[in-house]
Amino acid sequence: MAITIDRLCHQLIENHLQFENTVLIGLQPRGIYLSGRMHQALMKLLPGAHIDYGKLDITFYRDDFNQSKTLHVPSETSIDFSIENKKVVLIDDVLYTGRTIRSALDAMLDFGRPASVELLTLIDRRFSRQLPIQPDYTGRTIDALISQKVRVLWQERDGKDEVILID
Amino acid sequence: MSLSVKHLLGIRDLQRQDIELIFQTADQFKEVLQRPIKKVPTLRDTTIVNLFFENSTRTRISFELAEKRLGADTINFSASGSSVSKGETLIDTVNNILSMKVDMVVMRHSASGAPHFLSKHIDVPILNAGDGINEHPTQALLDSFSIREKLGTVEGKKIAICGDVMHSRVALSNIYCLKKLGAEVTVVGPPTLIPKYMAAALGVNVTYNMREALEWCDVANVLRIQLERQNTPLFSSLREYSLAYGVNKALLDSLHKEIIVMHPGPINRGVELSSDAADSKQSIILQQVENGVAVRMAALYLLAGERKRSLVE
Repeated sequence: MAITIDRLCHQLIENHLQFENTVLIGLQPRGIYLSGRMHQALMKLLPGAHIDYGKLDITFYRDDFNQSKTLHVPSETSIDFSIENKKVVLIDDVLYTGRTIRSALDAMLDFGRPASVELLTLIDRRFSRQLPIQPDYTGRTIDALISQKVRVLWQERDGKDEVILID
Repeated sequence: MSLSVKHLLGIRDLQRQDIELIFQTADQFKEVLQRPIKKVPTLRDTTIVNLFFENSTRTRISFELAEKRLGADTINFSASGSSVSKGETLIDTVNNILSMKVDMVVMRHSASGAPHFLSKHIDVPILNAGDGINEHPTQALLDSFSIREKLGTVEGKKIAICGDVMHSRVALSNIYCLKKLGAEVTVVGPPTLIPKYMAAALGVNVTYNMREALEWCDVANVLRIQLERQNTPLFSSLREYSLAYGVNKALLDSLHKEIIVMHPGPINRGVELSSDAADSKQSIILQQVENGVAVRMAALYLLAGERKRSLVE
């Protein structure tokens, strides 16, 4: 996983150079581990660069508030910088139906009007999209059955780095 | 995670984890209220009626704002100028409003137990915005939320509830809420304004000495003298009450530590609380009002979620 994250960082640097006008936003609750790692790695790769990094919770923007059997408890949102006219890189661990990203776009737009938005995900589950949303940067593409769950485990939270398939 | 109740009728019915869930949710709504666009679309398919059978400024505006910030549609009803004066019963009034496809009811009534009665007859979530001298749950939640924000926690803190405890729904809800969160509570006021069996029934300390209570506490929640609910004179004059139980800056300065002063509003300035105390740095009265919106958003969000869940199942 470390190698993949490293590669994603270099891909970001290719497009955003010194990150003067680019900000990173990780999605709660599980995307923030990836975004946190990437933020740290980028700071090491670009000593002296200042990279704005925030966390976004999308609970209040979900489209399944009507249907969901469990109530989602919100997590922290902290975006203490302006995203107006910035290039935003949204970061999440798994891209599946695309609905989370749709909600995230809505939530993010309440903070201002960015110049552009890109999407980075560690895992892209192909052939399962329900909305026209595709990642700009992908760690690994996988095919999984609809009935299966893909979960990314993180050292900080789960004690080890691992991607698992749950039946 | 979800609430253990379908309605928010009183703090008495809540579990400690319900209160903590509301606070945890309110933290995030408080952040929403700092954003450039202070609004989320969560309840955009929900219509909420605010039924106010009794006067209100803060609570009604706060609820309406909370509903609008959640994207809900709102309708406001106040008893004066409605068909209530023509003799329509409470159930008829509410059922007529609900037949227009309303999803939630926020209600204030001068009769204690009015929302409990209504909850047995209608199907939608009810939020009690104050019923007679019984409970005012969202006020207690925002009070404890404000204490938690200021002191980090409510657990183990010493709270004095001062003044007209007898007629105060704020006092009763606050006592339930603070006790459930593990705080110590003392009620203080003239003997005529403190119910006799309070200590035994609710597990609070009782004192009739204001200075003693203030020396003891971390936070003083000063209640309004509710003259409109007092049919017989319970103290000789407002002047005398103010001299014995009024909180002013000189009294606060003479204490051995700096305590926090709260008031649920509206303040009778110069009676239970002087202007120099109400406007001092120790007062968090306006923060209470600010937190009210976030706490009410949390309560509305969680109850709406409960209802949606029950409809799905």
